[in-house]
Amino acid sequence: MKISGSQILIESLKKEGVDTIFGLPGGVVLGIFDALYQEKALKVILTRHEQGAMHMAEGYAKVTGKTGVVLVTSGPGATNTVTGLVDAYMDSIPLVVITGQVPSHLIGNDAFQEADIVGISRPCTKYNYLVKDVNDLAATIKEAFYIASTGRPGPVLIDLPKDVTFAQTEFKYPDKVSVRSYNPTVQGNKWQIKQAALAISRARKPVLYVGGGVVLSNAHDEIRQLAEMTQIPVTMTLMGLGAFPGTHPLSMGMLGMHGTAYANWAVHDCDLLIAVGARFDDRVTGKIADFAPNCNVIHIDIDPTSIRKNFKVDVPIVGDVKTVLGELNGILKESLESNGDLAAIRRSWHDQIEKWKKERPLVYAQEPTVIKPQFVIEKLYELSHGNAIVSTDVGQHQMWAAQFYKFNRSRTFLSSGGLGTMGYGFPAALGAQAAFRDSLVINISGDGSIQMNIQEMATAVVENLPVKVAILNNRYLGMVRQWQQLFYDHRYSSSYLDTTPDFVKLAEAYGAVGLRATRPDEVEEVIRKALEVKKPVIMDFIVDPNENVYPMVPAGGSNFAMVFEDPKPVRDDKPSKQPSPDSILTA
Amino acid sequence: MIRIISVQVENKFGVLSRVAGLFSGRGFNIESLSVGTTTDPSISQMTIVTEGDERIIEQIIKQLNKLIDVIKVTDLTENEHVEREMALIKVHTRAEDRAEALRIADIFRGRVIDSTPTTYTIEVSGEIRKIEAMINLLRPLGIKEIVRTGRIAIAREEIKLFAQKEKKAAEG
Repeated sequence: MKISGSQILIESLKKEGVDTIFGLPGGVVLGIFDALYQEKALKVILTRHEQGAMHMAEGYAKVTGKTGVVLVTSGPGATNTVTGLVDAYMDSIPLVVITGQVPSHLIGNDAFQEADIVGISRPCTKYNYLVKDVNDLAATIKEAFYIASTGRPGPVLIDLPKDVTFAQTEFKYPDKVSVRSYNPTVQGNKWQIKQAALAISRARKPVLYVGGGVVLSNAHDEIRQLAEMTQIPVTMTLMGLGAFPGTHPLSMGMLGMHGTAYANWAVHDCDLLIAVGARFDDRVTGKIADFAPNCNVIHIDIDPTSIRKNFKVDVPIVGDVKTVLGELNGILKESLESNGDLAAIRRSWHDQIEKWKKERPLVYAQEPTVIKPQFVIEKLYELSHGNAIVSTDVGQHQMWAAQFYKFNRSRTFLSSGGLGTMGYGFPAALGAQAAFRDSLVINISGDGSIQMNIQEMATAVVENLPVKVAILNNRYLGMVRQWQQLFYDHRYSSSYLDTTPDFVKLAEAYGAVGLRATRPDEVEEVIRKALEVKKPVIMDFIVDPNENVYPMVPAGGSNFAMVFEDPKPVRDDKPSKQPSPDSILTA
Repeated sequence: MIRIISVQVENKFGVLSRVAGLFSGRGFNIESLSVGTTTDPSISQMTIVTEGDERIIEQIIKQLNKLIDVIKVTDLTENEHVEREMALIKVHTRAEDRAEALRIADIFRGRVIDSTPTTYTIEVSGEIRKIEAMINLLRPLGIKEIVRTGRIAIAREEIKLFAQKEKKAAEG
């Protein structure tokens, strides 16, 4: 029996196990939406902006591990997905984005709502397609899901001309897919894994540097086993938070520009750095010449281009993090049984880190009358028992969330790491809530960021997605203000937001619940109330506008020279000079 | 350091744009790029001449491999290979220069493929040094226009015949 392209699309999505689509209709995709109208197995979440749909799909993909699906129209619908595409591409989020296109015979004619989205999205998708023949549609969708979800995951875009959605053909979904030019390496090189095991068992001051790849590969159990078995302290990137329990004694929290001092010092002084699913981003390394200067480096990553892109590597291992770690742990387990007590060997290293932890803990100065933003995060952590799925936008609040909310489970922290997209957090939280309706989902945001996708509050209310939004309202683009204070001599150019809306009234205008706290003693009650309500809530916390995120590595500076307080640094925080480490690989 | 990279790609629309976009997007340099078909109509062959230090070349090769449509990447510079470029050179020729132009073409085994009373168009192919040398000699005559293909290159075949003979000898 012949069916239309639109029906083929829907049947194919169902074959891929898709249950939720985020999107917005328009002229050329009406055929698809018409077919969806009758469809019970696919839930369509109608967003108020295509960018919102993209971040929702990202949030959905991140918490479930599945591929997120977006369906939008041509032209502006398609171009509105671009920020989301770049965001997903940089943070390796598997998405399949279906854009409508003008009918085939009009392509290239500057037709109404025509945009060359295949050309536009080429550098920001893992792959993209223009489907010209309805007979290719099913195989294209199969391939798109395969490419998006395997290897280093990423967004794949399918551009679907209107006539293809109406053309009819027999539906046959391929069982298998194989792309001759695309074969991601899953198994690591066995010899290199042995070298890694050898280096780990010989290292005296090792550090595990855990990135988002560990989350994406679902390797949280393996990384924990490795750390505990070998007694290696762990630091995580922003994207890696949750991959290893934040409350674990071996956890040093986040490293990098706003990481903990002890994580940065430990990386600086280590003799072996084990980078797992991380890519030595500039926000992590600071001045790269001074990053981890005296150590050997093991780098495990599925993407060969991440290895040696900007940092030297002694033991490169290309492969799936979970697979490689499984094998590495097996080898280490055997050798440790004969090799004795690693905890004893690493005692002095652990003592050193404990000393640093005591010397420079994450702190802030509590005040009686004004709410400190960090206090709000601590209270959110406490009252959600550390069990919420938390999304953030980008800026000061994002760093405070990363510092003060301890993530103990993988896939519970959603943030825009690579692109740094303000406006990501709220829709991402909605996507997560759409996946797990009974979970507590909190979006920590700022008064700047929240306004970049606030329209999705309508989606939240209509779809009954009871996300709790905590706005740390300082009336500024806070991180911009912080940089202007520290590096532009207090010239606050275009960072003061002046008239922000009344967020309580705004929430109410959308049919959500609005709450406000202006004093520290109101914070707890506002959070308690918000957690009780079964509706979307905006909590407007009027916080200290002058609070800055510390510690901080000034852009381009070295990670060992962190700044801890206002104004500019006075003390020299260089850790002790280390003797050059034993050459552990050649020894 | 100049590198010649041979890339086998799927013969699909948009592939050239993906490769070119990779170079421009990451700030890599393309000195020349040529594309042609192969014996397999579904595969195209690209020869890319690029420049960069070891780290950059490693990234270029890895990034090329990462493109979904790229089937195989070979750095020909590392191995024995043969390279050629073709140029079409249009020279101004006054009456007294016409013999000289022909002589230069002859030295480089070039051919005149178009002639007017005031110009010759010369076709020449060979290694890049040869082409440049010829251009340098023709320059005093007055070059009107040059069109060059960019380099193409192919790996030298290993001498398997000899190896087979040796193997046979060893066997018996």
